[in-house]
Amino acid sequence: MTMGTVLALVGAALAVILAGMGSAYGVGVAGQAAAGVVSEDPSKFAKVLIIQLLPGTQGIYGLLVGFIALSNIGILSGTPKELTVAQGLMMLAACLPIAVVGLVSAMHQGKTAVAAVGIVVKKPDQFGKAMLFPAMVETYAILALLVSILAVNGIKL
Amino acid sequence: MAVLPMKKITICAMKRERKAILEKLQALGMVEIETGSQETDDFKKMNTNAQRAKYEKRVQNTDEALEILDRYVPEKTSLFSSLEGRREVDEDDIRHIIDNRLEYNRKVKKILEMNKDIASCEAGIVKCQIAIEGLAPWMNMDIPINTTDTEKTEVLIGTMPPGHTETSVELLIQEKDPELKAFTVNVIGSDKDQTCMVVIALKTISGEVEEILRSHGFTKISYFSRRTPADKAEKYREDIREFEQWIEDKKNALTELAEDRGKLKELADYYRIRSDKYQVLGSLLQSKSTFVISGYVLARDADKVVQILNDEFSVMTDISDVPDDETAPVQLQNPKMFASAEGVLESFGLPGKGEMDPTTPMAIFYIFLFGLMLSDAAYGLIIFLACFILIKKFPKMDSALQKSLRLFMYCGISTLVWGILFGGFFGDLITVVSRTFFHHEVTFEPVWFAPLDNPMKLLLYSLLFGLIHLFGGLALKGYMCLKKKDVKAFICDVLSWFMLITGLVLMLMPTELFASIAQMQFNFPDWLKNTSYGLAIAGAAIIVLMSGRDHRNPVLRLALGLYDIYNLTGWLSDLLSYSRLLALGLATGVIAQVINQMGSMAGDGVFGAIVFILVFIVGHLFNLAINMLGAYVHTCRLQYVEFFGKFYEGGGNPFKPFRENTKYVDIVNGTEAQK
Repeated sequence: MTMGTVLALVGAALAVILAGMGSAYGVGVAGQAAAGVVSEDPSKFAKVLIIQLLPGTQGIYGLLVGFIALSNIGILSGTPKELTVAQGLMMLAACLPIAVVGLVSAMHQGKTAVAAVGIVVKKPDQFGKAMLFPAMVETYAILALLVSILAVNGIKL
Repeated sequence: MAVLPMKKITICAMKRERKAILEKLQALGMVEIETGSQETDDFKKMNTNAQRAKYEKRVQNTDEALEILDRYVPEKTSLFSSLEGRREVDEDDIRHIIDNRLEYNRKVKKILEMNKDIASCEAGIVKCQIAIEGLAPWMNMDIPINTTDTEKTEVLIGTMPPGHTETSVELLIQEKDPELKAFTVNVIGSDKDQTCMVVIALKTISGEVEEILRSHGFTKISYFSRRTPADKAEKYREDIREFEQWIEDKKNALTELAEDRGKLKELADYYRIRSDKYQVLGSLLQSKSTFVISGYVLARDADKVVQILNDEFSVMTDISDVPDDETAPVQLQNPKMFASAEGVLESFGLPGKGEMDPTTPMAIFYIFLFGLMLSDAAYGLIIFLACFILIKKFPKMDSALQKSLRLFMYCGISTLVWGILFGGFFGDLITVVSRTFFHHEVTFEPVWFAPLDNPMKLLLYSLLFGLIHLFGGLALKGYMCLKKKDVKAFICDVLSWFMLITGLVLMLMPTELFASIAQMQFNFPDWLKNTSYGLAIAGAAIIVLMSGRDHRNPVLRLALGLYDIYNLTGWLSDLLSYSRLLALGLATGVIAQVINQMGSMAGDGVFGAIVFILVFIVGHLFNLAINMLGAYVHTCRLQYVEFFGKFYEGGGNPFKPFRENTKYVDIVNGTEAQK
């Protein structure tokens, strides 16, 4: 096991850890708001559940990048490749976009989702628009995911 | 693909017929009645609040009675009962209910009273239970609770603070006055709050003893009964049994009443309809002997409504076009396949004044993009089958729900097709299963290409689909301009952008940058290159010169034009937004692969197979749910933000005809029921 492989593994871990932390926070705060709504009006359960789940995707994106990275460096097949430090740093850098943007965007998306739950309470017929505001935040997570996937996939080992 | 044309209808008739006419209109359900008209000196509104409140109260009572029945005598319902739709009831049955409404009102009242009785019995039980608990420390006392004295002695029954024993109490008394001897202390029981005791003293000294005990926190027992505590507790238990028997009786009576549940539902809906009628009646303008209704009606129904009213009543009706200063309510009509996406449009907003109905083009793009985002053959098949079976099995379900299910059914087909193109079947299930359990690798070859092997290619295609989607939106804007005969706007706001964007894309394609991303080299002939420059420059020139055309000041006009060119960044970000097609498509496939890999880690053999099946079911259900949600949300977003952003604002009001708005049953007339 070389230093490069370790660095690459750190990258994969960061993608899963940071993005997952963000999503956990986002889904958590949105879930608190959603639970408050359901305690008053159980019929809105399905709608608020959908909104609660919106900030959850960053964690999945992190998992995605982490998985591709692990598979690329051969950890999954049981025979880790010997990466140079430069290669390892490249993998680490490739994982960073979804790690950092995933963390920050999921937290903000969670707060937006809380506000969107408020819309569902006061104007249930405006559900489509309510869903849109958190989805706007997600755009940046998707852009980060894209760069991470392209980079992780593009690094030749 | 259209917003149905609307007409304005005005009905004037004699006041004595107003209720009959309103009931007829309500049964027809074709006219939306305007309620915001202003009163004048001759035409006043009638105050119907009292009648309305009366009917609303009845609706409320009947609903409550039904709730009570549901609580004590629950109906057997299946998991999918909410999909079954409302029961159909013949008009004649409703008439029967109306004739016997007094009897049913009595039943409602009876149910409400029984509920109250049950509640008070339950409260009684709780009271008895508390009393029994309170008696628990006294259980060892074998004299009646209200014993106060014998011939020579006085009996003091009561409590002292916790922790006292017989000797400690005797000590307390003798410390105070060593002369006192003729008494005895019995501790009956104790808990954490109190010590229960019986003190017997000769009448001569009892006053003094009691005084001493009191100063140490002695209080007399608060129960009054001529029974011993054990008997008293038994009496309470008997009371509880009695209460329980009462409740049981009431519940049996409710079960009997529950047989009329269906009738009560019809009654509730009847009152609901009446309450609506009085609400509308209160908003009508009425003179001394006439009244006026104005509202909207679909152009295709207008003649029918007039015909029916003229046949039955002496009325004056007038059908006219909707005046320019009024916004008519919107009713959409689309072919069945595309109507399924009307719900998606409604969540954004119905077409505003003068806007077209974009449902059909949106539905096509929706189905296409949804499939691309989910892109797994097996998931597509599951969604398709689930929606198809539900629609077939519950033909009477709520129409909005049916539309959504139909939309998802088409999306399922699209997902299936994309899955075959990209070679996804539960991710790489076939490969993993064949390798793990049969040791012979078989792969489900993609018909087109596998996105994970060539993400750049899919990215490029995603952007291409995005460009087509955006151009589609712009083309619809052009169509609306031409329909309004605004050729100037068509050239300046639509054609110019088509030229500029097409030119720029054509300029980009032969460059090295593009070649390195797309791994494709385009060598355009010189004429095409020149055309692309020409298109871009001409488009840009039109935008700069013309977009500020409403302003006379040339400097301001030019500045606005230059600012409009800045919208190019908007186009760029709109286009990049379509990269989510790639990201979400990959997400489905990769997570499915993770699940399959996890499942195969236990190896082959029986144990491996069991682990694999468990992981497979849980994992793929999760993946399907989370990615369906993602595909749904992000397809909506691409429609609402990118596509509608080019041409559509929405803001129309839905057409809400005055009709029999029922909760439990659908009322049909005899001939329809026979069909």
